[in-house]
Amino acid sequence: MAAIEILGLEKTYMVGFWRKRPKRALEPLHLTVEEGEIFGFLGPNGAGKTTTLKMLMGLVFPTAGTARLLGRAWTDPEVKAQIGFLPEQPYFYDYLTAHELLDYYGQLSGVPAPDRKRRIEEVLSRVGLTDIKGLQLRKFSKGMLQRVGIAQAILHNPRLVFLDEPMSGLDPLGRREVRDLIEQLKQEGKTVFFSTHILSDAEALCDRVAIIHKGQLRGVGEIEQLTSSVQGKVEVVWQGTQVPASMKALGAECHVTGDTVRAVLAANQQDAAIDALRREHIRLIAITPLRTSLEAYFVEKLQHSQTAAGTTAGTAAGSNV
Amino acid sequence: MTARIVHIARNTFREAVRDRALYNLIAFALLLSGAAIFVGQISIEIERLVVVNLGLTAVSLFGVVIAIFIGIGLVSKEIDKRTLYTVLSRPVRRWEFIIGKFFGLAGTLVVNTFFMAIGVFGALLYVAHKFSKPDALILVALYFIILEFLIICSLALLFSSFSSPLLSAVFAFSLFVIGSFADDLRGFARLTHGFTRWFATGAAYLVPNFSTLNVISQVAHQQPLRAQLILQNSLYALFYTAMALSGAVLIFERRNLK
Repeated sequence: MAAIEILGLEKTYMVGFWRKRPKRALEPLHLTVEEGEIFGFLGPNGAGKTTTLKMLMGLVFPTAGTARLLGRAWTDPEVKAQIGFLPEQPYFYDYLTAHELLDYYGQLSGVPAPDRKRRIEEVLSRVGLTDIKGLQLRKFSKGMLQRVGIAQAILHNPRLVFLDEPMSGLDPLGRREVRDLIEQLKQEGKTVFFSTHILSDAEALCDRVAIIHKGQLRGVGEIEQLTSSVQGKVEVVWQGTQVPASMKALGAECHVTGDTVRAVLAANQQDAAIDALRREHIRLIAITPLRTSLEAYFVEKLQHSQTAAGTTAGTAAGSNV
Repeated sequence: MTARIVHIARNTFREAVRDRALYNLIAFALLLSGAAIFVGQISIEIERLVVVNLGLTAVSLFGVVIAIFIGIGLVSKEIDKRTLYTVLSRPVRRWEFIIGKFFGLAGTLVVNTFFMAIGVFGALLYVAHKFSKPDALILVALYFIILEFLIICSLALLFSSFSSPLLSAVFAFSLFVIGSFADDLRGFARLTHGFTRWFATGAAYLVPNFSTLNVISQVAHQQPLRAQLILQNSLYALFYTAMALSGAVLIFERRNLK
């Protein structure tokens, strides 16, 4: 069963004081996330990630479209008992202690009183927040608040967890712990949907990712499947210190280290590069295909959308003339 | 459903109790009740009248200030600080949130009134040395003051559901002042003609009638109160509060939380 089915959700805000004009925050979005997946929702700041999450949580109303969570309408309040949500840069009632806050959230989520105390201790220990009894949240650091945020999201043992920028504000150790926690959630059979603009996190964790930019979905799929669509590169290593002109003509990026030269060039130039080296009687040491990173795919998608926007603007300008 | 409202109300009460500014206001109100003793002592023969008048006025005014002060931030502060996100992403309906907030603030005010009333009765005992039968009417005046607070709470919540805390405070306080002269407004409406009469009458009945809830002067002068007035004021406050809360819920149900 699909854990999340987004069926054409879109959002247009009216901006301006006197003359209201529409501003499209999210183009109609269609997306399905299967149960048990770790799904990364990637995009630069202002891409529409948080708007999508807020709509799924019922905090913002869509202009059009619908969604289903765990097989039920996303507006059904009862489905929320099975959902955990960590907002971006969370802020909590700072007059409460972490225990009081989690107890309150546990009550609202319908966790029975006998289980609540045990669950609170359990989740605080999972996010590395022990020995904080009696400390009000106003005295917590940003990283500690982020941990409390994660704790409240998983407190009621939800089947589906939404995390908006979960690594934000965490130090490298904290980020590592959150990564481990997300992996543990997957092992427990939970579905995790998280938004991020830190691609290495997505690459390390996600089964599938979706890339969104300027409110439009640019790509969705498994990371390997997505990156394979990007033009591959190879690294060619030969002995010597000279770089033949024919290699430079192939667009290779060359680096001389000691008595070896390393050149990185497009995979379809590989045969031409070997021929060039053979012609110069240079001894070839190795040819290694380079794995395309998610970052390369991401940058390509963003550049593609900017080029398309530029072309459209150019055409529009041209037609005005 | 009821349990969630109770949890939200309890948390709202806890927030108010932990707010230091609240204690300053209560201390100030008790100080004013204490001052009533002093004024009462220099007012020969009318000590009781002065103590009851000043004491109950202090309870009413400071309660109104607390109701507006806390009420205006109940929703808008939660939106601004984004504390609402982690509440509404749980199985909590928006109307449950509003009703829970209302009961939390109302509970806070009832408890405050209780403590301030102890101050008033203490001051009265100090100047009169004993309680008399007409002093029981003070309890009726206090009950009406609480009804007044319920209306103010619901209005503060209504304004808080769509405007900033500052504007909400201006709206709520303006309505309190206008509502305190509601009887005069109705009298004025009767003196006008044509469209002005329609407009003035409509406005006079739309604003909350706080003047009918103010029996402090009658109680201070030990004048009897009609039993019917208690029922009438209770129903009026209940109706007005329900209307204002319904408005708050209707607005909040449609609001995008940016």
